[in-house]
Amino acid sequence: MSESLETALRARRGSGGKCLVPYITGGLGDDWIEMVRAAAAAGADAIEIGVPFSDPVMDGPTIQLANDRALAAGVTPQSVLDTLRGADIGVPTAVMTYVNLAFHNGYRRFASNLAEAGVSGCILPDMPLEEIGPWAAAADAAGVETVLLAAPTAPDERLPRICERSHGFVYGVGLVGITGVRSELAHSAKVMAARLKAITDKPVLVGVGVGSPAQAVEVSEVSDGVVIGSVIVQRMLDGGGPEGVGDLVSEFRTALDSR
Amino acid sequence: MTMTDPGPEGRFGEFGGTFVPETLVPACRELDGAFRDAWADPGFRAELNRLLTDYAGRPSPVTECFNLSQELGVRVLLKREDLNHTGSHKINNVLGQALLAKRMGKTRLVAETGAGQHGVATATAAALFGMDCIVYMGEVDIVRQELNVFRMKLLGTEVRTARSGSRTLKDAVNEAMRYWVSVVDTTHYCLGSAMGPHPYPWMVREFHRVIGDEAREQCRKLLGGGVPDVVVACVGGGSNAIGIFSGFVDTDAELVGVEPAGGAAVTRAVPGIVHGSKSYLLQDEWGQVLEAESISAGLDYPGVGPEHSHLASIGRARYIPVTDAEVVEAFQLLTRTEGIIPALESAHAIAWVSRARDELAGKTVLVNLSGRGDKDVTQMMDILT
Ligand SMILES: Cc1ncc(COP(=O)(O)O)c(C=O)c1O
Repeated sequence: MSESLETALRARRGSGGKCLVPYITGGLGDDWIEMVRAAAAAGADAIEIGVPFSDPVMDGPTIQLANDRALAAGVTPQSVLDTLRGADIGVPTAVMTYVNLAFHNGYRRFASNLAEAGVSGCILPDMPLEEIGPWAAAADAAGVETVLLAAPTAPDERLPRICERSHGFVYGVGLVGITGVRSELAHSAKVMAARLKAITDKPVLVGVGVGSPAQAVEVSEVSDGVVIGSVIVQRMLDGGGPEGVGDLVSEFRTALDSR
Repeated sequence: MTMTDPGPEGRFGEFGGTFVPETLVPACRELDGAFRDAWADPGFRAELNRLLTDYAGRPSPVTECFNLSQELGVRVLLKREDLNHTGSHKINNVLGQALLAKRMGKTRLVAETGAGQHGVATATAAALFGMDCIVYMGEVDIVRQELNVFRMKLLGTEVRTARSGSRTLKDAVNEAMRYWVSVVDTTHYCLGSAMGPHPYPWMVREFHRVIGDEAREQCRKLLGGGVPDVVVACVGGGSNAIGIFSGFVDTDAELVGVEPAGGAAVTRAVPGIVHGSKSYLLQDEWGQVLEAESISAGLDYPGVGPEHSHLASIGRARYIPVTDAEVVEAFQLLTRTEGIIPALESAHAIAWVSRARDELAGKTVLVNLSGRGDKDVTQMMDILT
């Protein structure tokens, strides 16, 4: 069993640093696992592994394209987990995918497949608090940390319930919208971080719309760190390879460390 | 049985729910509250009824098909939703939702459309209420339903092309949901079928209940107090079917939903979760959603509304697939015998009646003729000439 997300992220925070969690589309390119390793070596505290799904409604064009390419290449949840199982990455991982892949597999089987592949956490963006019960029971039993999203549209009374049920960290959604790089950090990003920091001791990371080292630094003035997705996936789509992904993660790491 | 309020969680037996990104949860809850409030308000009901009557042209008649009945040996009655303003049942739901959106202070509408009928209906309501409107439509459907695309533009709506995936209805729903996620404060998502997250499956059914309520009364008069032996409707997401079923679910009438063979989610009966609810869903061995394939853009959808999955699983309704070839036949059959050109979607229901004529011999069948076929005439011209 690998280290828990929460342990790794608390350790970073405890040492005075900011958490950096890049997202990598599983199966995008034959050497995707090398990109995961490169990201870890470049200073990521944990890695989100996207398991491609046919209908990713929370994702913008970049991650959609990555999904489509990976699916066209025959990538399956099992092929992604098989590759992760043998890989010695050095930091914890969390799978990010959509609820139907877990539901179709059976929640208990899916959760135990994750655990058995050495995956620490799971993020299902189309499974809100209202529907989490059966999955949460399966994930808890398998020792998988279920990370919940908190969105700027949530009323105040909702956030404590999300923070309580979220494990690993609390994923603050930086803007009202889908994944993708924006030219500026949305005003809502720091507000979201502040609302969450005020009510939880769990690590609070902000993602969605965090696309540059400067934006990461800006939101981390309030949050415990960031999740970066589309910017990394774009580098993968552009053929940046492990070196390109490693360099990009390094830029974020350096910026966050030299605040 | 009766069709009940699925409660704040939106459950129809094991189906339904609110499987949406966290960003949309407050909007779904707000909509649930607003709809409950409006539906209990006689003022709202009266305003909607006025629109349905004076604007949409309700009640729609029930037509007895003497020629077709003779040809098939089955007494066929048609509930004429094709005669509504904009040419299909879709207007019932759209007027309800647009009125609700206005009441909620939303100034813009976004919708998805397959055949374009829901898009046209939404564009129409937007014009009537002076609201901005954006409709997402798959690239494939934009080609096969170009007349409706132009109608929407004339009505002042912006039509946006969904280019992802199969480039049909499923992808138009994805794009509309993605857009809604980013503009949820000002914009109402005017979903076009009895599917999606709670409260849509329930709310859309309630807005279409008028079809079943009228037909029940009309049949009572026509059949000397009785009900038809069978009530049949085509099923895409399931809105016209659930509307007419709702008037007969508490009777002895058999309820039949007709699916396209290439999108027979209920027939295959594998549950899944996409577009906000748990329901039967066409998917591969891993849970990736499959692309439906149908001659009719409005039924070209891999899922179905959750209440249909529930009705199927408890055995209250049965669901049967028909092929594209049978639909083309049925389209011509009704046109030739009755002088009524049906929408390709509605022709699915006729196709089943025609195929099942022996089983139905001597029975009375009420068919929901959900729409008229003007939009399909160019497509049929290509197929038949
Ligand atoms: C005339 C007509 N009937 C039926 C449908 C299918 O929708 P539903 O299953 O929601 O009734 C459509 C959808 O475009 C339609 O245009």
